[in-house]
Amino acid sequence: MSVKHTLAPFSAWLQAFSKPFTLPDKHGYREGADRYRGWHINDTKKCIGCGSCAEICQNVAIDMVPVDDPVKGDSGLRPRVDYGRCCWCALCVDVCPSGSLGMSNEYIWVEADADKFRYIPGVDPKPWDNAEKGWRQEEGFDLVDHERVPMPMLDPAERTKTWAEVVIGYSEEEARQEASRCVECGLCVAACPAHMHIPDYIAAIRDGDDIAALNIIYDNNPMPEMCGKVCTRRCEGVCSIGVQGDPLAIRWLKRYVTEQFDDLKDVVHAEVERVGEGKKVAIVGGGPSGVTVAYYLAIRGFDVTIYEALPQLGGATFFGIPKYRFPMPSLEKQVKLLTDSGVKIVTNHRVEKDEMRQLVKDNDAVFIGTGLMKPYGLRAPGEDLPGVMYALDMLRDHHIGKKVDITGKVVVVGGGNVAIDASRVSLRLGAEVTIAYRRRKVDMPADDEEIEDAEAEGVEIIPQAIPLRVEQTGDGRLDFIWGPAEMVQEEEGRRPRPKLIEGVENHMIVDRVIVAIGQGAEHSWMPEEIAEKIADKRGWITVDENGMTAYEGIFAGGDLVNSTADAISAIADGLRAVVGIQKYAGVLPQAEDEGSEPVAIAK
Amino acid sequence: MTTTETAELRRRVQLWFGPQHPGITGNMSVQAWLEGDTLTAGVTHVGYLHRGFEKLMERRRYIQSFPIVCRICVPEPDTNEYLLAAGLDELSGLAAEVPERGRWIRTLVLEMSRLQMNLMTLGGHIGAMAMGAAPNWLIAMRDFVLDRFEELTGGRIYHMFITYGGVRRDLPEGFAERMEADLEAIEEKLPLVDNVIFDSSVFRKRAIGVGVVPEEWVDEMSLSGPIVRAMGIPRDVRKDFPYEKYPELDFEVVTTTGSDIYARAWVRRQEIAQSIDLIRQILRKMPEGPYCAKLPNMLTWTIPPGQTYVRAEATRGEMGYYVVTDGSDKVRRVHVRAPSYVHGVALLERMIPGTNIADLAPLMVSFQVCPPEMER
Repeated sequence: MSVKHTLAPFSAWLQAFSKPFTLPDKHGYREGADRYRGWHINDTKKCIGCGSCAEICQNVAIDMVPVDDPVKGDSGLRPRVDYGRCCWCALCVDVCPSGSLGMSNEYIWVEADADKFRYIPGVDPKPWDNAEKGWRQEEGFDLVDHERVPMPMLDPAERTKTWAEVVIGYSEEEARQEASRCVECGLCVAACPAHMHIPDYIAAIRDGDDIAALNIIYDNNPMPEMCGKVCTRRCEGVCSIGVQGDPLAIRWLKRYVTEQFDDLKDVVHAEVERVGEGKKVAIVGGGPSGVTVAYYLAIRGFDVTIYEALPQLGGATFFGIPKYRFPMPSLEKQVKLLTDSGVKIVTNHRVEKDEMRQLVKDNDAVFIGTGLMKPYGLRAPGEDLPGVMYALDMLRDHHIGKKVDITGKVVVVGGGNVAIDASRVSLRLGAEVTIAYRRRKVDMPADDEEIEDAEAEGVEIIPQAIPLRVEQTGDGRLDFIWGPAEMVQEEEGRRPRPKLIEGVENHMIVDRVIVAIGQGAEHSWMPEEIAEKIADKRGWITVDENGMTAYEGIFAGGDLVNSTADAISAIADGLRAVVGIQKYAGVLPQAEDEGSEPVAIAK
Repeated sequence: MTTTETAELRRRVQLWFGPQHPGITGNMSVQAWLEGDTLTAGVTHVGYLHRGFEKLMERRRYIQSFPIVCRICVPEPDTNEYLLAAGLDELSGLAAEVPERGRWIRTLVLEMSRLQMNLMTLGGHIGAMAMGAAPNWLIAMRDFVLDRFEELTGGRIYHMFITYGGVRRDLPEGFAERMEADLEAIEEKLPLVDNVIFDSSVFRKRAIGVGVVPEEWVDEMSLSGPIVRAMGIPRDVRKDFPYEKYPELDFEVVTTTGSDIYARAWVRRQEIAQSIDLIRQILRKMPEGPYCAKLPNMLTWTIPPGQTYVRAEATRGEMGYYVVTDGSDKVRRVHVRAPSYVHGVALLERMIPGTNIADLAPLMVSFQVCPPEMER
């Protein structure tokens, strides 16, 4: 052993004179790093309660607990973290679709009661609630897929030359890929008027089981062909992935499933008890609500007949929606399933007063789903001039094969889906189209996608334009005169109203004016004693929680009853009436009566 | 053990070393038999961890397995994170999409992890001989590295940082400068540590020639890491089967001769210097760009059926993951091939006979046994 090796260790004594490594103050507090993973914080205003944090937590440390009444797009639940289980991996923060969850850089918390270490961040106040620092989501790292698989579409330049469908549809691979983006939070189920089992059928598509997906869809929607193409898709509006990215293409996925099968009878297996054998139901109006009632009652053994005034079932989805969005073969496929299920269909048959009286007498129940067929007028002088027409009439004539007189330059008045449809149909008939709408473009009730498509195809939109009058010009054309409007906020919280700027008149020389500003109910076919009892002055029909009107045995649904005027709400009305009619007929199985779901069609 | 051997042992003094003993390396114990001061036989006992990481992973989605693997070696979690990520990257096809910067940050984290682990183990070497000063300094130096880990990954011990497709976050602003300052502070103190460890007559006397592992055992027992490098065999996964950015880094495998506790400590001391150098190289060479590939939805991610074996050099030796997927959203099987299993059970039990009772703890530290790797 050398002297060096004996003395060297004593150099440690020199450390007595150097600065200590450790913190000198025993009560000192060292702040956590900028992205330290400490106690959770949650911006509860931003949180939508989707539960993805609870889903990804590998320790099951997160429970979703009710804190509020659920509102649209929000489950009313908020995550509660149990620190007896939490491992501070922060996957919950990274996955959070709304970006509301974070972690503070606070790491010290002393408490005598162990139960305190389970709290709802953002709801139970904590000193670190407003911590600036700590682990947050960061750009460049996502645990969910924010990018939608793009839907292949016809080139806008090609579209106006053809009636072919604009949307081409997902391939199998694209559909599976898109379906894999779903986090299965189920916010969409609550938002869907018919409460379709959306995460379930998306999961089935993801797993490659299209037959299962179709059957899940048919649980509570008999018109998925239509919904897969033209649904107003409130589900996508609340999709949790949509908060920071593109919402799931729920509608296109449904469309994908329905397109995989040519004959639905072979794959849709509605195995329900045929409780309605011997009972008879008549349905007036073959729109979505009527079709829904017919299908679900028919598979339960009811003897169902639909009476439809037009040559084809489908209601507004037949005559209102252009074929480049919802082609005839798709509609026919749906109707075939109805007839295959035993529904009797009488088309080209308008029910009149006496027949209605007879129907009420002969049937166990009658369902009215005639919709809104009377267009609202322009309420401006010149409405009766030749060349001024209603979008609804024009679309209907066009779809039942009548010649439609559209030519030259066309102005469409209105901003809803009907206005857009009328515009795009006119384009394809060879016209040059302008839309005049009272409010701003952001206020247009039509789908954003539809508006974009129309513009891409060459429709010009003039917002804040109030029609003043229509005049005939010398050469047989029309002068559409409109005034500009300014938006005024009259009441807090309501949408601004357009107010005419007096004294300014703009002229537009056109060949046709198409009016598309809404429609109302029309009950002239109904016996007075029924109409008086069930409809109010404006034609609206009120129903109870079973879908039954004030007239015993008469049920109603669709646009007549709800003000949302979309097909899926009509289907929801139909589902309600399916339960109501069974109840009324005294054949509703106990299990379905107790179900909390509006209609759980058990397999 | 034969019946005669068991009968023989019954007549001796039996000593339970651990599981509650400051000299034991983690939650395991050694049941040993004594003759005077000398151990005549020893049996290792594990099972104090009650976890079963491999099994847990079979019931969790891929992303949920990721916070589990770091627990397979608490003081050096990043090798585990890297291996699970590398295995699943390969099987899922994500490997081709891991961005350059992501690979550099992974290499940085792996090297930082090796640095802090070696600092702690070197402290353990001398701490196991009941010397207190140097371990305190080394633990403090390790904390400098942990500060940087905290800043980079959000956690000091469980970093949960290397994941599928890259890493979870980019380097914070000014990270390289702060890292350099810490490296300098460590380098400044290291000569002091040398004085009290390698130049100390006490350490030399207790470490030189003690715990010599015979060279024939290397291939027979698949030994790896500092144990073989201390025999002069230049075996290192980073050189032999290069991964991530190691091929682009300039370093030599550290070797020495002697194969005793001293030689193994010396290899670790040299690897501390090597890691410091490598961290500097990495920070210099790292390009700008994205740090993680675009990930699919982690809640529904499925990986096609396949199997692979991936390996990396942990400070304890070769660590490998055998990963099997079956097309579902959960891993079918993960088998962790960890050096501690070989070194802490097979090798240790063969080394115990003839060891002085006081040398058992230094011997275990020199094998760097990490018990979670045995009962993973």
